[in-house]
Amino acid sequence: MNYNERLSGNEAIAFAMKQIDPDVMAAFPITPSTEIPQYFAQYVANGEVNTEFVPVESEHSSMSACIGAEAAGARAITATSSAGLALMYEMMYVAASCRLPITLACVNRALSGPININNDHSDSMGIRDAGWIQIYAENNQEAYDNFLQAMPIGESPEVRLPVMICQDGFITSHALENIVLLDTDSVKQFVGEYHPEHYLLKKANPLAVGPYDLGCHYMEHKVQQAEAMKHAKARILEVAKQFEALTGRKYGLFEEYQMEDAEVAVLLIGSSAGTAKAAVDQLRKAGVKAGLIKIRVFRPFPAEELAQALAHVKVLAILDKAESFSANGGPLFSEVRGALYDLKHRPRTVGYVYGLGGRDITPEHFKDIYARLTDIANGGELGPVYTHLGQRG
Amino acid sequence: MIRRAKDIDEHTPWQEMTPAGEVYEAATARYVNTGAWRTDTPVLDAEKCRSCLLCVPFCPDSSLPVKDGKLVGIDYHHCKGCGICATVCPFGAITVKEGGQP
Repeated sequence: MNYNERLSGNEAIAFAMKQIDPDVMAAFPITPSTEIPQYFAQYVANGEVNTEFVPVESEHSSMSACIGAEAAGARAITATSSAGLALMYEMMYVAASCRLPITLACVNRALSGPININNDHSDSMGIRDAGWIQIYAENNQEAYDNFLQAMPIGESPEVRLPVMICQDGFITSHALENIVLLDTDSVKQFVGEYHPEHYLLKKANPLAVGPYDLGCHYMEHKVQQAEAMKHAKARILEVAKQFEALTGRKYGLFEEYQMEDAEVAVLLIGSSAGTAKAAVDQLRKAGVKAGLIKIRVFRPFPAEELAQALAHVKVLAILDKAESFSANGGPLFSEVRGALYDLKHRPRTVGYVYGLGGRDITPEHFKDIYARLTDIANGGELGPVYTHLGQRG
Repeated sequence: MIRRAKDIDEHTPWQEMTPAGEVYEAATARYVNTGAWRTDTPVLDAEKCRSCLLCVPFCPDSSLPVKDGKLVGIDYHHCKGCGICATVCPFGAITVKEGGQP
């Protein structure tokens, strides 16, 4: 039931969508995610799916259409990048607070300005607090696998939250790689059908969605959302187990690479993990106890699990592919560093902001980082903890 | 979880409230005392009223109850005091007085 193919990340996501055959797709094209609705529109035109494709006039409308469809009782999906995600901002909060498990394929791209179409994580990091589950991929295989797991996670009654499946623009979305696909029957069986208890088209059950909250109710509903996000962590792991039983491919909240005895480690998100692994392999041959953690799930944030995985590390570099202009490091740096605070013996941490607007990161960059970490581990100065990597000057 | 909207109030803990504030029944607006928002109050003079019912469709809050073809008063639980009824009444049967109380 597994078979080999060669697909780009965008093709892989569009193919997953085809296999799932959702009720509604509402999308507006934007580089580098354009191909996803483009391929999917061909499936619709060819009659290969039963999906109602809604060509909208903006991303604010695509998310609004998804909200309407999902509230009506349909399974709704969309895809976007960068400015498109930014234009959805208002409706992203509405989707999450109405507890509508929409699935969004996010192809990460820098935000303007200066206008730029290449990869970094400023789009999805900018919207990290909207209440969506965020799952990131290193390559096309993970993008495909994560998309198949999105609905069983988000639609689960104790979760009921929308899910973003993120992959790196161009690096992953447009690069053709080998991929193992599931047959469509197995996908349909794994993902299942969407049967919410309450929905607007259920005649026997009058329903109002998204009512106004006075001050005496708003905070209670926010606590409900926060609790749902806590439940999501267990559900993500449960779905990953089921997925592993089906495919043999193992997923967690993050991936640990050579971490067992690591003394110096790097932590990052996305496609740069492949480059970092190559550097770790070379350093291990030279006797350096180097390790890597690649975050898969950023929301909910795996704070306790990360603290446990990093407790034995001496020095850790946290790499953000997004600026937060806090003048104190990126969002990943702040959250990971915070997660380590209550450890008895916590690693020292340095942060880097790298890869903005598609700036390359190479194995040499990683070797320089590990060399600095090793120096700190041997008693060297910590130095500035908020620096940029890969820029001239 | 409490299912009926009228049973959820400012004392209900989050565990008991419906997810996302979903309302599982129709016409729950009747429970909301929008009359508390009133700063001016229309008053009906029953002797002048001829139950022409012109005011009824003009009322934006359905606060003019009709029984057996006759206007039977003003629903102060919902009336927000906009005064449109007084403006459209051809017989001067509704006057607006200052303050929230009839």
